[in-house]
Amino acid sequence: MSTFFIDNQDLIYIVVLSVLLGIEVISNVPAILHTPLMSGANAIHGVVIIGAIIVMGHAAPDDYLALILGFLAVLLGTLNVVGGFVVTNRMLEMFKKKK
Amino acid sequence: MTPDFLLQLSYLVGSVTFIIGLKQLSSPDSARKGNLVAAFGMVLAIIGTVLFHTKDNQPIGNIPWIIAAMGIGTVIGWLMAMRVKMTAMPQMVSFFNGMGGACAAIISIIEFHSHPHGSSGYLLTVFLGLIIGSVSFSGSVIAYGKLDEKIKDLSAKYLTYINLGLLIATLAVLVIAVASPETFGHNAVWILLVLSSLYGVLFVMPIGGADMPVVISLLNSFTGMAAAFGGFLYDNPVMLTGGILVGSAGTILTILMCNAMNRSLLNVIIGSFGGGGTSSSGAKGEQVVKEISLTDTAILCAYAGKVTIVPGYGLAVAQAQHICHELEKKLEDKGVEVNYAIHPVAGRMPGHMNVLLAEADVPYPKLVEMEDINPQMNSTDVVIIVGANDVVNPAAENDPGSPIYGMPVLKVWEAKNVIVLKRSMRAGYAGIENELFFHPKTKMLFGDAKDMLGKLVGELKEL
Repeated sequence: MSTFFIDNQDLIYIVVLSVLLGIEVISNVPAILHTPLMSGANAIHGVVIIGAIIVMGHAAPDDYLALILGFLAVLLGTLNVVGGFVVTNRMLEMFKKKK
Repeated sequence: MTPDFLLQLSYLVGSVTFIIGLKQLSSPDSARKGNLVAAFGMVLAIIGTVLFHTKDNQPIGNIPWIIAAMGIGTVIGWLMAMRVKMTAMPQMVSFFNGMGGACAAIISIIEFHSHPHGSSGYLLTVFLGLIIGSVSFSGSVIAYGKLDEKIKDLSAKYLTYINLGLLIATLAVLVIAVASPETFGHNAVWILLVLSSLYGVLFVMPIGGADMPVVISLLNSFTGMAAAFGGFLYDNPVMLTGGILVGSAGTILTILMCNAMNRSLLNVIIGSFGGGGTSSSGAKGEQVVKEISLTDTAILCAYAGKVTIVPGYGLAVAQAQHICHELEKKLEDKGVEVNYAIHPVAGRMPGHMNVLLAEADVPYPKLVEMEDINPQMNSTDVVIIVGANDVVNPAAENDPGSPIYGMPVLKVWEAKNVIVLKRSMRAGYAGIENELFFHPKTKMLFGDAKDMLGKLVGELKEL
């Protein structure tokens, strides 16, 4: 138990700080922004695409399962990222203050 | 300037932009910038990975395939996101969320296929990413279907127990597969995939369409957690930060949304429709609604001192927000004070009405939140309800057997006159009858929102 903690100390700090940060960032959000915020967070978790790039990028050229599935994973991850940010932007365009 | 330095730098910048972007997204003035900032950081992290990531000193290969996949994804994602109607936004959020979950699940599948005999820590991380990603994917698909009204609710008492059983089974398989990998061998990943996908489906199935936004927010945070597990797997700081940030922020957001409905998260997930089975108080018997004509409505409004419009999902469906703004302006020309009562969960998502009305150039100050407008109701002459239903249902206050009991609503019955603009007597999203329609002060104006509001404006021009 204690070796796990010591070995992964930096990681644990990142986790704990990120959790607290996430909580802090969401405090005081007006109700009208709940949906765009959810959409923005949706886009941000598209960062999972990096895992897909890594797994596909280091796959052996003859590992067809990894290549085909990896291709799919990168595609889906891109959908999350692009779709997520564009949809959020569209929602927020409505908030442009027309003076 | 080693590749590793540049890679970690791009990850650091990415992580920081996620934090700053998310913070900016929580304030109306900086929200648009926040989205762009986070997007910029994402692109940087992606490019950094493709260019500089190494494993056993090998750089990223299969680049043409990676770029092709990203290219296709970008085109499809862009087109889908640009083409979708504003009213279908919630479905889109759910869809793209599902895509992220699927991505995480597939990553786990590939990893397990390459290293079926990894350490327990490795296996645990891989399997958790698979489980959470699959639940998020299948759940998001069902949520999409419900919002698109292609899937009906499936409520049954035993479903809660089936779900619990599935959850326990999934966790059991997980523990066994990690502790003694020989038990399931290569099949572990497929068993977990099936179990968690099934769980995702049955988890969302019984939950009412009106509660979908809460579910989507929850699934959103799940996908964030799945991304975080990917971050553990690859010791990847940007995946970790992004994933956990969304995981925790998403959870808080879900709780905030539940509070706005005055229900606990548990109640939303398990209760599906509130009240533990007691039926709503008695049949209404033969109750008649009073109708009002367009001309009378016009006169009533034109000579009112104060008119409040309550927008609901029907306004969005009919795309009547622009003509509604026309009505507002016409009335103001006649010296009537007009404002809008915005219920926190009117429409399909919080803020839905605000976005809709902002699109129609309705000035911000005219949108009044529920807490502020309820006290003003008794000094309001006319309340026009356009396509809203559950948010103005008095049963939420006085009928303990009602599924929406306890939800804060707009107390429109305290105004002097209530006009309900609806297509028919069909029930609203919660599927229950609205006793407001039978209230002495209420008159029904049947018709399509856009059509009727347009005719109303026409009538007002004559007066």
